[in-house]
Amino acid sequence: MAALSVTLTGQPNCGKSSIFNHLTGLRQKVGNFAGVTVERKDATIEYKGRSISIVDLPGAYSLSARSQEEQVVTDYFKENKPDIVVDIIDASNMARNLFLTLQLLEMGVPLIINLNMMDEAEKRGIKIDEMKLEKIFGMPVTNTVGRDNASVRTLLDVFTNTRMSNYKPSELLQAHIDKVNELCRSGLSAEKVEEEIITARYDFIDKVMADAVKVDAANKTLGDTLDKYLANGISSLVILVAMFYLLFQIAFNWIGQPLADMLGEFFEETVAVAATEAMAAAGVADWMQSLVSDGIIVGVGSVLSFVPLIFTLFFCLSFLDGTGYMARVAFVMDPIMRRAGLSGKGIMPLIMGFGCGVPAIMGARTLDSHKDRMISILITPFLTCNAKVPIIALFAAMFFPGNAANIVFAMYFVGLAVAIIMAKVLGLTTFKGHESSFLLELPPYRMPDMKSVLLETWDKGKGYLVKAGTIIFAMSVAIWFLSSFNSDGMTEDMSDSYLAGIGSATSVIFAPQGFDTWEAGAAVVTGVMAKEAVVSTLGILYGAEDISTEAEDAAETSEVMLATDMGTAFTPLAALAFIVFTQLYSPCVTALGTIKKETGSWKWMAFAFVYTCAVAWFASLIVYQGGKLLGFE
Amino acid sequence: MTLADAKVGMTVRIESVEESPMKTRLMAMGLIPNTKAEILQSAPLGDPIAIRLRAYNLALRKDDAKLIQVSL
Ligand SMILES: Nc1nc2c(ncn2[C@@H]2O[C@H](COP(=O)(O)OP(=O)(O)O)[C@@H](O)[C@H]2O)c(=O)[nH]1
Ligand SMILES: [Mg+2]
Repeated sequence: MAALSVTLTGQPNCGKSSIFNHLTGLRQKVGNFAGVTVERKDATIEYKGRSISIVDLPGAYSLSARSQEEQVVTDYFKENKPDIVVDIIDASNMARNLFLTLQLLEMGVPLIINLNMMDEAEKRGIKIDEMKLEKIFGMPVTNTVGRDNASVRTLLDVFTNTRMSNYKPSELLQAHIDKVNELCRSGLSAEKVEEEIITARYDFIDKVMADAVKVDAANKTLGDTLDKYLANGISSLVILVAMFYLLFQIAFNWIGQPLADMLGEFFEETVAVAATEAMAAAGVADWMQSLVSDGIIVGVGSVLSFVPLIFTLFFCLSFLDGTGYMARVAFVMDPIMRRAGLSGKGIMPLIMGFGCGVPAIMGARTLDSHKDRMISILITPFLTCNAKVPIIALFAAMFFPGNAANIVFAMYFVGLAVAIIMAKVLGLTTFKGHESSFLLELPPYRMPDMKSVLLETWDKGKGYLVKAGTIIFAMSVAIWFLSSFNSDGMTEDMSDSYLAGIGSATSVIFAPQGFDTWEAGAAVVTGVMAKEAVVSTLGILYGAEDISTEAEDAAETSEVMLATDMGTAFTPLAALAFIVFTQLYSPCVTALGTIKKETGSWKWMAFAFVYTCAVAWFASLIVYQGGKLLGFE
Repeated sequence: MTLADAKVGMTVRIESVEESPMKTRLMAMGLIPNTKAEILQSAPLGDPIAIRLRAYNLALRKDDAKLIQVSL
């Protein structure tokens, strides 16, 4: 027997993800709809000897194609006729949720109407007569509590036992559908027709609510009280800042980054060393030894060392999203973010970008429109992530000894300013016309469903490892090859490698910025691998092996480096141009791989690379040439 | 009076929505004539505002709220 196809649909916040997660657990595959940043989840499960394939569509308020989510859902139902479509309704918020239900029924999609959040509806004194609902719509009606596994799994029997062909719209519903069709043929303007149809839908919904739903008490909820502090007045700003601080600390200082560092150290000091010794003992060819320890192990290490960070951060973000607090963040931050052409929720990933761009890029998923997600992904690389700080710290200590702290601060500012400017520019050019408006539901505060939080965290981590990881790994091996080979074969001396050749070819374009040495060129090239590599490459190329790439050691490192030729290779102005360039140019390989994964497109990855390099080139040009005009050197 | 002029704590009745590209979007979210809405609060910088209608809470910008005529 062919698999039974089931599709879940519903408005945002109806509990759709929770239901999907409880139905499918770890069997789900998360991907994107073709060509857009909209998530698609699929899973096939076995139930009573029957295989059931379940699709979770993105939440959509209506099918009017105003957002990509709505477009995706509309197209899906035009192209697919699943055996069963379940429309999930937040029972405590029926009136608005039924809007989508009606629209689906008008399209001729038969539905199981599932009332979710029954516990909450009960708490609020809402009583729903399910028999009456079935009669009014002519469609089967079920109910669930989305975070109760047993309750959700009762749906499986419903799926296997229901034949949708047995259900026809009731007379009342058919009359509504006829009226809608009539309006479509009426010859009125498209907008007028749509307005009339919307009014007709709410008329129908008001009738349903009057007939089948009783509300006993609608008193103030705890959420209203919480909102007086979390979404109102000065307290909301204080709490917001505290929340960011906490999140940042957890991800970068307390849990995520320390774990990542331990993992990285383990790879470098234990795995790589053991592998080298074992291979030496076994008499493996030199190039093979180098491939394994400098190419493969370093590549795997750089992929894995991001994993703790991603898991930690996404655990926190999924948790916060599940509580409903993220909607308040968007509410509070909207006026500020709007000026930059972004929407309120975008502050979250942006802040993360000051730690590491990779989770920040992945965090763009939580944004509500394609435009917001793309702009957020494309501006994150300009921010000063942790890996760029050592570059600034070293150059500041070497060339601006009295002003090092000011230079570091200025670079944070430059990164942020460029990000904001580019958000504006992208919004007015590439993504013009995609209106980023702001109609945001503030869902009730809830305790998140831990199963969903953990699954989401796992998905993010796994998606990163599988999709981004392979790209990052391949690029690591490619860079290893370039830095250890030349046309005569393998070389110990990096300054004689393909990479050095590429570096000196690249350096030509930096003549107007005053840092057109091949060493600087090569450092820029390896910096694409990881920004930390800029400092270590300069160390190797200027003959100061084993320098520290930690920002805290910048003063010491700068003394060592000043003694080399690097001390005279840059004028202070050229050094400033160089740090501006490395601040802004291409995201690192890991971030590029993540961009490919998130946007689902090589084109956007290439765009991110090219346009950040162009912006960096012009910005450093302005610094150098402008500085010269002002009489600096 | 428009929804943007209503004070926190007021309950108003929606009269009409001005012709604009936002009109059908606002209507689809339930802002149609004769619906009652309560103003809950505004964000710390005065914009956007949060309202309750049809048993749910919605945030919208003042610019959009100006499109909505209301009465007490
Ligand atoms: N009280 C209650 N909460 C629920 C129920 N179903 C889901 N939730 C919670 O509602 C929030 C939103 O659920 P989610 O599944 O993310 O909604 P989605 O936006 O439709 O995917 C989460 O915090 C869930 O834990 C339910 O039946 N009752
Ligand atoms: Mg969800």
